[in-house]
Amino acid sequence: MISANDIHKRFGSTEVLRGVSLHIDKGDVVAVIGPSGSGKSTFLRCLNRLESIDRGRIDIEGETLVDTDAAGACRYAADADSRRICRKMGMVFQQFNLFPHLTVLQNVIEAPVTVKGLTREAAIPAAEELLRKVGLAHKRDAYPSHLSGGQKQRVAIARALAMEPDIMLFDEPTSALDPELTGEVLRTIRQLAEEHMTMIVVTHEMAFARDVSTRVIFMDGGEIIEERPAAEMFASPAHPRTRAFLNHLA
Amino acid sequence: MDYFLQILGPLLQGTAVTLQVFLITLALAVPLGLALALIRISRFRTASTAVSGYIWLMRGTPLMLQMLFIYFALPFVPVIGVRLPDFPAAIVAFTLNYAAYFAEIFRAGIQSVGRGQHEAAQVLGLNYAQTMRRIVLPQMIKRILPPMSNETITLVKDTSLIYVLAMNDLLRAARGLVQRDFTTMPFVVAAAFYLLMTLVLTWGFMRLEKKYAVYDD
Repeated sequence: MISANDIHKRFGSTEVLRGVSLHIDKGDVVAVIGPSGSGKSTFLRCLNRLESIDRGRIDIEGETLVDTDAAGACRYAADADSRRICRKMGMVFQQFNLFPHLTVLQNVIEAPVTVKGLTREAAIPAAEELLRKVGLAHKRDAYPSHLSGGQKQRVAIARALAMEPDIMLFDEPTSALDPELTGEVLRTIRQLAEEHMTMIVVTHEMAFARDVSTRVIFMDGGEIIEERPAAEMFASPAHPRTRAFLNHLA
Repeated sequence: MDYFLQILGPLLQGTAVTLQVFLITLALAVPLGLALALIRISRFRTASTAVSGYIWLMRGTPLMLQMLFIYFALPFVPVIGVRLPDFPAAIVAFTLNYAAYFAEIFRAGIQSVGRGQHEAAQVLGLNYAQTMRRIVLPQMIKRILPPMSNETITLVKDTSLIYVLAMNDLLRAARGLVQRDFTTMPFVVAAAFYLLMTLVLTWGFMRLEKKYAVYDD
């Protein structure tokens, strides 16, 4: 569903991604782990064009988002095409990024109404269903500032799901949360995994990575160091750097 | 008391002129200012630079000079030269000048909406225009209310500058009466009128701020 090939990205003189390649199939739940500054979030953000890449190729469900020509120049799909391709991926941010001037329900129906052109009436039942799913139906008319961090993140998940994405990208979804609030968000993500949603989760929650993901990717220094099934990765990491990272956490 | 009633007529006429200039300027300068702000932050370099220059010109010279120029000098400018009657000339000058100030207030408000809001809108599939209209501008309004309140109150008082085009606004009407009757009473009444107008504005903006207080950023 996603195929990223030899992705390079630099911020100024810092090379953040040095040739990252990754293939994601339908139903995969991929956890991306690694130390801070390893390029995990940047890589995720390149997939849906929140960052533009300097070299490489990305295909989403058979459509090319970006490719590099023989001269080494990156060519993105035209704006409208690129938006349509990226819409197949929903994203959840570390900082939630809910729209503060809209209520919970309005946050969830905003894109279906504005982008897909549904009427409010048509969009509301599905939105309410999603809010029930994340356990926040009773908060539909609250503003985000009146919610806890965990509730905000669950609304953000419902908002992303409202666009019916085929793939969900999670960028450290629990890193901004108090420890006692991470559980409710992880449970919601786990529930999506059980429904076979294709997901890429950048996370520092090792237990979650081990239990929920089908595959774990360890990144360091802008490269994928190791890519293994979850159980194997944690039981017997092959690469010394992976081992050092996991040992350091334990 | 008799004297008060006697001067009330001319002062109310002056107030009507003041209010007309105020309301028409506001109605024209707000949309023009918003357009300027959007051009200024756009990726069209040339247009953005042109707007910066325009704002520099309008904020960098006295409003009275701009008004005098439009009324007296514009007719002699080649190509765009037109002779405007006093009231339209005043409106054009006020609108052009206030739009520049409004543009900067709007720009500050737009740019204070964080990057995360743009990113959230982008990943949901909203294009630039939709992001502005649905996400950024609604949040801008709440943030610009205090400076807009300042600026509109200043506009009420700035309208008194139109006396240089010999128009009878509230202040000029009062001054005429003072000079005719050798009493400062008309000034006091005029001051009360100005205070009343700014009180209404202050109250209106307070209501708006309350309305937008239902959510926090």
